[in-house]
Amino acid sequence: MNEKQPKIRMRGVKKSFGAKVVLDGFDLDVAEGESVVVIGGSGSGKSVSIKCVLGLLKADGGSIQVDGVEVVGAKAETHEQVNRKFGMLFQGAALFDSLPVWENVSFGLLAQKRVDRKEGREIATAKLAQVGLAPEVGDLRPAELSGGMQKRVALARAIAADPEIIFFDEPTTGLDPIMADVINDLIIKITREVGATALSITHDMVSARKIANRIAMLYDGRIIWAGPTADIDTSGNAYVDQFIHGRAEGPIKMAIRK
Amino acid sequence: MNVLQPIGRVFLAFLATVGRISIFTLDGISHCFRPPFYFRIIGRQMVEIGYYSLPVVGLTAIFAGMVLALQSYTGFARFSAEGAIANVVVLSITRELGPVLAGLMVAGRIGAAMAAELGTMRVTEQIDALTTLSTNPMKYLVAPRLIAGFTMMPFLVLVADVIGVFGGYIVSVYKLGFNPSIYLQNTWDFLEAHDVISGLVKASVFGFIVTLMGCYHGYNSKGGAEGVGAATTNAVVSASILILSFDYILTEIFFAN
Repeated sequence: MNEKQPKIRMRGVKKSFGAKVVLDGFDLDVAEGESVVVIGGSGSGKSVSIKCVLGLLKADGGSIQVDGVEVVGAKAETHEQVNRKFGMLFQGAALFDSLPVWENVSFGLLAQKRVDRKEGREIATAKLAQVGLAPEVGDLRPAELSGGMQKRVALARAIAADPEIIFFDEPTTGLDPIMADVINDLIIKITREVGATALSITHDMVSARKIANRIAMLYDGRIIWAGPTADIDTSGNAYVDQFIHGRAEGPIKMAIRK
Repeated sequence: MNVLQPIGRVFLAFLATVGRISIFTLDGISHCFRPPFYFRIIGRQMVEIGYYSLPVVGLTAIFAGMVLALQSYTGFARFSAEGAIANVVVLSITRELGPVLAGLMVAGRIGAAMAAELGTMRVTEQIDALTTLSTNPMKYLVAPRLIAGFTMMPFLVLVADVIGVFGGYIVSVYKLGFNPSIYLQNTWDFLEAHDVISGLVKASVFGFIVTLMGCYHGYNSKGGAEGVGAATTNAVVSASILILSFDYILTEIFFAN
């Protein structure tokens, strides 16, 4: 029986910035409909891995396939085609300051001329409702929103085009514990409703345990452990143990200047 | 220590910067001619550059014309050539001061604003967000600004020319006692189409330079708020230097013979 092709396949991905090696043989598969969370320390390369898939950064080596289409070394047109499958929730929301909320949410649809402005407004209102925001929010500017509201608007924008794959970059960073849990619940609800494949990166273990089917740990440029969420406490991997329990002592040495 | 090393390093860095700006320029220009076109954004930028810059350009022009008339009078009086003031004012304003001063003022106003806006978008990942929404950032952000700068600066300079000549007229007639009809006749008699056209061509080039430098430095800024601040400063300084350099080159082209 043939194994179904992963939605995202990353093999031997390498990325360096000058002398600093960030990804050094990064391997990860994300199956269709799966929710995978990549955990790792600050500066370990989690965001870099997602940006290589999106083409925001050019990988120095290796292979990244989305639905079997190779994106490493691909032309801009290929990236544009592949990127239509994606929705992305940025760490800082990355809402466009000069546009009202509704136009932010339906930006992708309007830019691709898939809808006119009236339809775009209607879709934006529906998506805002999905993330628990009232229609009146659509007329506000991003600067008028709280951090939690900005994240929810950014989530609405990420799902506006009903993407096949959604990336979440540190979705709960900077939020209070209650708002963080609200976002976690929304992520679970939305990915189920949209039926999307989800790839998240975070160092928030509470969030990771809640939203992931599978967790993978990134350390020293590679995935050192990957498995079902339920198995993470019994991984038998000292690096994973140190990270998930938040211990300063252990095999992971943080660079501290004394 | 090898004293040539730092010199070589600086020179190579300079060449690398020139290369990066050249690639950015060609990429930006190519997107000005390839669809899709964001007419709404082009319109917004044209209003921002062409309409909201009018007050500062107008004020600059009127004071420039007034000072020019006054300085010319005091200088030319030594040679009993006061009658040439009208000619000097109109030719100086249309050929040089109009486009150059308007370019420098717009560089400070528009170039800095563009660098700050795009720089902030860069450090807050808004430019990356555009890419994830299948929108080419060069086409959405840079091309409309280049088109607006190139097309609206001649309009601004034309207004500056009229206001600058008017400033010279005010000083000449009401302070220096010139006959208004004769002053205006002299202004008109010595003005040729070539003088105005050369100024408007310079205006287009300067408008392109201002928007290009604003977009380049903002688009490539890094390092948070400090990086955005540096991008803003660099945009104004580099645009100002390029305006003065291209002013000489264009003057050579138009008036060398």
